[in-house]
Amino acid sequence: MNRIVNNTQLSENVFRMIINAPLIAAKRKAGQFVVIMTEEKGERVPLTIVDSDIDAGTVTIIFQVVGKTTMCLAAMKEGEDLFAVLGPLGTPTEMENFGTAVVVGGGVGIGVAYPIIKALKEAGNKVIAIIGARTKDILILEDEIQKTCDKLIVSTDDGSHGVHGFVTNVLQDLIDSGEVVNRVYAIGPVIMMKFLCEVTRPYKIKTIVSLNPIMVDATGMCGACRVAVGGETKFACVDGPEFDGHGVDFDLLMNRLRMYNDEEEEARKGCRCHE
Amino acid sequence: MKRRKPERGADVMSKKEKIPRQNMPEQDPMVRSKNFDEVPLGYTEEQALLEAGRCLQCKKPQCIEGCPVDVDIPGFIKLITEKDFTGAARWIKGTNSLPAVCGRVCPQESQCESLCILGKKGEPVAVGRLERFVADYERNTGAVQVPETPAPSGKRVAVVGSGPAGLTVAGDLVKCGHKVTIFEGLHKAGGVLIYGIPEFRLPKDIVDAEISYLEKMGVEVVTNAVIGRGKTVDDLLNDGFDAVFLGVGAGAPVFMNIPGENLSGIYSANEYLTRSNLMKAYRFPEYDTPIARGKNVAVLGAGNVTMDSARTALRLGAENVSVVYRRTEVEMPARAEEVHHAKQEGVQFKLLTNPVEYIGDENGWVTGMKCIQMELGEPDASGRRSPVPIKGSEFVLDVDMVVVAIGTNANPVVPVTTPGLETNKWGYIVVADGETGRTSREGVYAGGDIVTGSATVILAMGAAKKAAKAMDEYLKNKK
Ligand SMILES: Cc1cc2nc3c(=O)[nH]c(=O)nc-3n(C[C@H](O)[C@H](O)[C@H](O)COP(=O)(O)OP(=O)(O)OC[C@H]3O[C@@H](n4cnc5c(N)ncnc54)[C@H](O)[C@@H]3O)c2cc1C
Ligand SMILES: Cc1cc2nc3c(=O)[nH]c(=O)nc-3n(C[C@H](O)[C@H](O)[C@H](O)COP(=O)(O)OP(=O)(O)OC[C@H]3O[C@@H](n4cnc5c(N)ncnc54)[C@H](O)[C@@H]3O)c2cc1C
Ligand code: SF4
Ligand code: SF4
Ligand code: FES
Repeated sequence: MNRIVNNTQLSENVFRMIINAPLIAAKRKAGQFVVIMTEEKGERVPLTIVDSDIDAGTVTIIFQVVGKTTMCLAAMKEGEDLFAVLGPLGTPTEMENFGTAVVVGGGVGIGVAYPIIKALKEAGNKVIAIIGARTKDILILEDEIQKTCDKLIVSTDDGSHGVHGFVTNVLQDLIDSGEVVNRVYAIGPVIMMKFLCEVTRPYKIKTIVSLNPIMVDATGMCGACRVAVGGETKFACVDGPEFDGHGVDFDLLMNRLRMYNDEEEEARKGCRCHE
Repeated sequence: MKRRKPERGADVMSKKEKIPRQNMPEQDPMVRSKNFDEVPLGYTEEQALLEAGRCLQCKKPQCIEGCPVDVDIPGFIKLITEKDFTGAARWIKGTNSLPAVCGRVCPQESQCESLCILGKKGEPVAVGRLERFVADYERNTGAVQVPETPAPSGKRVAVVGSGPAGLTVAGDLVKCGHKVTIFEGLHKAGGVLIYGIPEFRLPKDIVDAEISYLEKMGVEVVTNAVIGRGKTVDDLLNDGFDAVFLGVGAGAPVFMNIPGENLSGIYSANEYLTRSNLMKAYRFPEYDTPIARGKNVAVLGAGNVTMDSARTALRLGAENVSVVYRRTEVEMPARAEEVHHAKQEGVQFKLLTNPVEYIGDENGWVTGMKCIQMELGEPDASGRRSPVPIKGSEFVLDVDMVVVAIGTNANPVVPVTTPGLETNKWGYIVVADGETGRTSREGVYAGGDIVTGSATVILAMGAAKKAAKAMDEYLKNKK
């Protein structure tokens, strides 16, 4: 049974849900995700496993409300059952002691970044986290990340908290300050990941991005999730979702993410979860 | 079961010849190309009796030779002539557990019906249609009986994948008294029968009925379980399963690797059909999963998957649907009936044509497909004349949606996560021999598309039957 153990609103549009899924909790590694269906007529949506508790047999997801399914998910309560939870899926984050790793998370991507920060720390890295959001109220997981990493830099676009500016500027400043950075992880909106890769490219710092293309089965069967990396077509659900950002064709990803804009709008209008 | 001796004499022959092969009533092409209801409506009792009466009850029935699982064709047809339709269905089920499915999707014209003696001079007996008739009769009249399960053997079997292969193994082994659990990666069981073949060709109720039949016999079906990702094959063996059957299919899509293939509006057939069938996108927005509704659609390839995609596109409102194939009609691997139905519904065929590049607009949506004209050259190793491009014959086809249906590859998840499981260079699982389905791992058997590459429902079931027999033997001898 995929019972919801807890569903908490973290900010205006972001929720944290704890789900009973003992098998997934026992097997999952950083960088992996689950596919969730709220009901039989629903969509299959991929969401990163942010945390797990093997003893309690639970996994945690953090999601942003963007469309019909995430709206319905937000409206679900403790004690209700999800129609389907499938996982763990995807290739785990490549993990070793790289030296100094900088993990940059933007928006709801901070949730996706959190398990990577934890795993990097456990692997012995010096971990610097840079987290950013539009404004203070929608910044998530600041305390949890503070406790986990060696150094945390917070930025907001409007200057309401931490550094005033974008995470790209923060990363640039960090590099300029002479910090030796062995690896960068960039997780957040596609446009943010694209520009973070441009920051690191001149220094040839390997930059891992976590891609979020539209998926259907998420087991390598359909090719919906195809992305271009280094000129080759990859299936993000099995070959990824993490890739070397310097080879990723971000413009293609952005185009493909827009493929169903009109239909998603229609589905959203038809959604009655919040009534 | 006794078989009636064939009557002899020229007058009998000519009497039989007078009854023509019975056509199945179908939805009108213009009506059906706008809905997802099943196209052929099935025989009436009267037609079934007329058609069954055509069978000569041959002493050496050639038709059986053409059936990969040796269905006793004259045997079940005899029962039809005796109006024992339920008995006929049960008789078939002794060798083929999914007659309602096979009657609909077997390529009869190259199997059972191809060898029917009547086909030498006229039209063969419509074996598939009769098979479908009796299976539907049994199901619709509620006559399906769940056989009594024998005393438990105490042995447990894990079946990975719930396509025709997995379902067959599960059914056969549960009948031997073993405890069977099917693990299916998707949220619904049935394999290609559920996610691939469209409703208008194989109503999903039929597949659901087959699965609930297995459940009634005691088979446990666990969905949302991708073996290799959550539990591995080794986990299953360590968890107390005494044997494992792998029927994971050949589900990885193949693309052509030509420029522009990742533009929006270009689907693999797997994605297109999965959205439509499994996720029911054709009923969007009642169901949440969207699907593109192209006006000018090209579908690449010429197999059943191609025809299914093309006909789905029509039903989703396309104005022009073209099948684009680099060879000619003679080489098309699809069932004859599918090609015929597609043509009736208005699907166009652009043969000896091969795409070389896609063209897109500023939003990255496909707007054109550059193709080159082909001609047939020298026969290749397989004896088929291979197509060669004609220099300078390029042209652009206006399209706003493309479905790539040129084949599939082995599903790698299980092979890659099962140490010691031998695969060939294409990633298909190697079995010791077709008679047992034994893999290089003890207690692990395999069958269906993951062994042979994409083939047919009945071949997957045939392989599964043999594997089930070998597994039963293995389990009996296992301490
Ligand atoms: C591997 C992976 C991990 C992800 N992890 C998280 C996470 O931890 N937290 C989070 O908030 N979001 C995550 N996402 C994105 C999340 O899956 C989408 O936001 C979600 O599917 C939107 O569904 P919806 O019905 O609410 O919105 P819709 O109305 O369907 O779509 C809104 C937008 O979401 C995208 N989208 C739609 N369907 C899918 C789909 N099936 N797969 C991917 N994107 C889709 C589209 O770009 C669309 O524009 C992840 C995506 C991937 C691929
Ligand atoms: C669109 C289409 C039309 C077709 N039309 C015809 C036709 O008219 N006539 C005909 O005879 N044949 C037809 N075929 C071919 C036929 O369907 C296949 O040959 C047959 O289904 C193969 O059966 P299978 O059991 O080997 O595999 P499949 O039916 O492919 O089933 C495999 C199952 O295993 C599951 N799986 C895969 N990996 C895992 C894992 N790691 N863990 C758990 N589960 C897993 C898959 O989700 C799937 O459900 C068609 C195929 C397609 C795609
Ligand atoms: S199972 Fe298929 S090949 Fe065999 S008799 Fe039936 S329709 Fe013909
Ligand atoms: S070969 Fe044809 S006529 Fe003879 S038994 Fe088979 S179906 Fe009947
Ligand atoms: S989502 Fe289907 S192959 Fe990745």
